[in-house]
Amino acid sequence: MTLRRAVFLAGVATLCAWVLVPIYLIALGAIGGTETVNAWPKPFLPVTWTLAALRQFMNIAGVWMSVLYSVEAAGLCMLIAIALGAPAGYALARYRFRGATGFRLFVLLTRAFPVAILALPLAVSFIRLGLYDSPIGVGLMHSVLAMPFAVLISASLFQAIPRELEEAAWIFGCSGPSAFFRVVLPIALPGITATAIFAFVISWNEVFAASVLTVRHKTLTAYLLTVLSESPLHTQFAGGFILIVPSVLFILLVRRQLFSMWGIASR
Amino acid sequence: MAAIVIDQVGMRFGGTVALADVSLTVGDGELVALLGPSGCGKTTLLRIIAGLQIETSGRVLIGDRDMSGVPPRRRGLAMVFQNYAVFPHMKVRDNVAFGLRMTGADAARIDRQVARAAGLLHIEPLLDRYPAQLSGGQRQRVAVARALAVEPAVMLMDEPLSNLDALLRLEMRADLKTVLREAGTTTLYVTHDQTEAMGLADRIAVMAQGQIEQVASPSDIYRYPATRFVAGFLGSPPMNFLELPVTEGAVVLGNLHLPAPPSATRVVLGMRPEDLLLAEQQNGFAFTVQVTEPLGSHTLLTGQAEGVPLRVIVPPDLRPASGAVLHLRPQLDRVCWFDAASGAALEHSA
Repeated sequence: MTLRRAVFLAGVATLCAWVLVPIYLIALGAIGGTETVNAWPKPFLPVTWTLAALRQFMNIAGVWMSVLYSVEAAGLCMLIAIALGAPAGYALARYRFRGATGFRLFVLLTRAFPVAILALPLAVSFIRLGLYDSPIGVGLMHSVLAMPFAVLISASLFQAIPRELEEAAWIFGCSGPSAFFRVVLPIALPGITATAIFAFVISWNEVFAASVLTVRHKTLTAYLLTVLSESPLHTQFAGGFILIVPSVLFILLVRRQLFSMWGIASR
Repeated sequence: MAAIVIDQVGMRFGGTVALADVSLTVGDGELVALLGPSGCGKTTLLRIIAGLQIETSGRVLIGDRDMSGVPPRRRGLAMVFQNYAVFPHMKVRDNVAFGLRMTGADAARIDRQVARAAGLLHIEPLLDRYPAQLSGGQRQRVAVARALAVEPAVMLMDEPLSNLDALLRLEMRADLKTVLREAGTTTLYVTHDQTEAMGLADRIAVMAQGQIEQVASPSDIYRYPATRFVAGFLGSPPMNFLELPVTEGAVVLGNLHLPAPPSATRVVLGMRPEDLLLAEQQNGFAFTVQVTEPLGSHTLLTGQAEGVPLRVIVPPDLRPASGAVLHLRPQLDRVCWFDAASGAALEHSA
């Protein structure tokens, strides 16, 4: 019992460290000033407290615009992934149709296709369609990357909801759509929210396609890639820190909804 | 209130026949139990009546209205599911009120009906809880309350007690019977538990392999089973069967000559364990005891007679040792005769 508990706690500690140590080190570099960045061994607390690096980073021309582009692209990616992925997942979970298994595989296969190969033809067609160098184009590309997750996660989400709940709703007065919106959707909502955030984060973090498909309207990651390579270390840390913060905040905000809604474990 | 008429309903999945032209009428306010082993088609029949599955042939009428093509929500019925299907994201109160809200009932009526249904099932203290905070038995009560709250003309129940433990099942059975009788709802109740069917139903329909074998009152179906299958399915411990040849209008069983029904050459003699009496050697047949189970109210003996396994219920103070030989005779007015080939009941000879 105590051994099991010890192993369990050690596992928890390892997982926490795995996530927290890099974030901590980046934060340390971002707010500790030059001395902290160059100090070795690393101090636990910053040598000097300064927001100079962050301020300096924020003042780099174009950073705020690229944040806006990132949010635009990620928001679009999230919308498309949920709007198309959730219905597809529902169909996979509830209906038996010809090619259902094939469809699952096919959706997954889109991830097996390297973006590097697609990059050139994609850029060409985006130029023709007038989507090149726009956050909308990047968002479209990212929604393709997020789609397999959206479809498969929401399929397992809907599958976990007993069919009888829907049938009970039909019996007690619901039509097909109203049963979905009154019973299925509220139960699936925490999971769908998680999927949406996941799609957002996929887009927020993606750098390759974003770099290839844009020139002047770069998303934050793509912009940082071009700008930071010439910057001093502490500015790089500041950039990394600002890149991480939204994802962490987002997850923190919906954490309660993700884990405790109605006592149902979300997946 | 409304009667259910099931008219020649058939259900085929590809090549397999789940229901073979079943016909059954459930009278207004009557409680009919659909009893049968798993896979006999009883749940399929219930789901067809509910509109959750579409029959391949035949039709269902509820209160003289043809239900073909009518969606579940317009059939005027309520259903209790085997796994309860209580909505997990709604408080008990909202679960019970769900059906009424969907019909657009006004708030006063909803409150009144919810209070009434909750009162009938003793769940008033649970109304502000979520289903996750309830035990299985409590959830079961919520599911029944949700169904009763809409005051349905027809109530369908799909093995509602099968997920409860034995003691709770006994308690819920008595409560259900009271509640359904008070509401006067036409009820079709699917179960594989013969005690449940016997205890609850006005009439029992025994199903096997997609067909209804017999429909009768619990006492009639127990006393006069129409087929060997029905006879074996009802009763615990089940009926004993002895297959015997008929010679000169009688069968020989040990020292007994029992008058057999005419028109058969080989018959199956069915005797319930409680209808076998202790007898003298000269007017009984020999029974070798193998296992003695003293059960308090009676003693259950398992053994052999005429080379066939047999179960006998004897008074509680009788506890023969293993290997003992008893002599038994059946209560003649309570034995059943079946045709050995078809399994159909033969006319009573006694």
